[in-house]
Amino acid sequence: MEKILLSLLSLGGMGLLFGAVLAFASKRFAVEKDPRAEAIREVLPGANCGACGYPGCDGFADAVASGKAPVDGCTVGGSPVALKVGSIMGVEVEEKERHIARVLCQGDCHNAVNKYEYRGIQDCVAASMLASGPKGCSYGCLGLGTCVRACPFDAIHISDRGIAVVDPDRCTGCGKCVEACPKNLIELIPESSLVQVLCISKDPGKQVRENCKVGCIGCRLCVKACQFEAIDFVDNLARIRYDKCVNCMVCAEKCPTGAIYADFSKRKVAFIDEDKCIGCTACKRVCKFESIDGERKQKHRVLADKCTGCGQCVERCPVDAITLSVRGN
Amino acid sequence: MEYVGKIFVILISSILINNFVMSRFLGICPFLGVSKRVETAVGMGAAVTFVMAMTSLITYIIQYVILEPLGLEYLQTIIFILVIASLVQFVEMVIQKTSPTLYQALGVYLPLITTNCAVLGVAIINIDEKYDLIQALFNGVGAALGFTLAIVLFAGVRERLELSDIPKPLKGFPIALITAGLMSVAFLGFQGLIK
Repeated sequence: MEKILLSLLSLGGMGLLFGAVLAFASKRFAVEKDPRAEAIREVLPGANCGACGYPGCDGFADAVASGKAPVDGCTVGGSPVALKVGSIMGVEVEEKERHIARVLCQGDCHNAVNKYEYRGIQDCVAASMLASGPKGCSYGCLGLGTCVRACPFDAIHISDRGIAVVDPDRCTGCGKCVEACPKNLIELIPESSLVQVLCISKDPGKQVRENCKVGCIGCRLCVKACQFEAIDFVDNLARIRYDKCVNCMVCAEKCPTGAIYADFSKRKVAFIDEDKCIGCTACKRVCKFESIDGERKQKHRVLADKCTGCGQCVERCPVDAITLSVRGN
Repeated sequence: MEYVGKIFVILISSILINNFVMSRFLGICPFLGVSKRVETAVGMGAAVTFVMAMTSLITYIIQYVILEPLGLEYLQTIIFILVIASLVQFVEMVIQKTSPTLYQALGVYLPLITTNCAVLGVAIINIDEKYDLIQALFNGVGAALGFTLAIVLFAGVRERLELSDIPKPLKGFPIALITAGLMSVAFLGFQGLIK
């Protein structure tokens, strides 16, 4: 009996003692935390990806609360999170467009040739050290998955044909893959931009053609075709200026190799509401594709087969009679 | 001199011959869980070293000041768990307050080892082997260094495994377990180093 009592007392006493010490310590050694930091931590995505440049979401929350990091520093959360963080900190936040990573190469096993067979470490950085990788084109995607391993959101995969492809639904635009790619092939592109040059080869056209069926050969057809000066041409390579591009997709139609990609399923077409149209011909004059028909004082009409959905007429129309809608709907 | 020799033997024995992970198979959970990268493995090793040294000290005192005089040796396990858990919590709070840099380095690992069997193991082995206080301390530090050695080596191997072309069914944990087994076999080579 005595033994049971003794063991109960000593174990209970020790438990009580340790509990008291811990309770005391938690008060005595309490670290004052900025309540805003905790509030910010609550609204962050919590992926701890580190894309903001701080160690995890906690680090970022502390940095924002102490004024070291911008309120819109979380690329993963994008504008919705930036707005919430801004309201916690009492700062106005501008809406920013969501960016999505895109692999600027279509040189898969059907389109591009290899110069040797690679059997080394299965990593793009390692492979690119050996004569800049097995791919004939020294700019091309090696498809060994360095970006896949860098992605904290499982948004990038190696396709069956052996190049990296981003899943736009899962991509948060954190930019981890952009840093990881040894070929600098991945770029963050505004979500609204539907046209991209999927090639970064600066080789002369002849050499590009030998290595890859879908490379940019520097023919400049797209530059001539573009009515909006949205294509720069530097080092044998066309580059789209996303701030000027209106997604008319004419360059993608003209491109002889298919190096310019456009999401034709999202191509738009203009429609004139005849009840509102006053026949001023403003839209007809601004249209660069001669796709608007109709004389002065008459109702105008869009020639759907010529319209590219560039949207110039919509901006020009004084009575807002023109709307854009996705083709096919 | 003989005493220093004995301490040296204890140290070598706990680091290499009776390595906690490789020979005694204690602390396997953090060994597999926190060994994906060398950096985190080093952090974990440092945290374990710190905690094991503290534990060896405190449990020794508890054993010979409280448990033995009261004849409560049978409560050893549960009391040691209690002591270790509260000690680690306490140390975590103190570090967080006094040294934010150290907390950044060790903080995340400390809660992980509150109920680690390797820490409890070292406390009980100290008592079973009838070490005195200094020997217990060195045994604790040695065991932790052995743990650190094993986990850092293992993390190095795993980092390389990440990049190797491994058959699909073996990817991830299966190959890690095989590797751990092979490392354990390698550590068997230290048996008989000291008679």
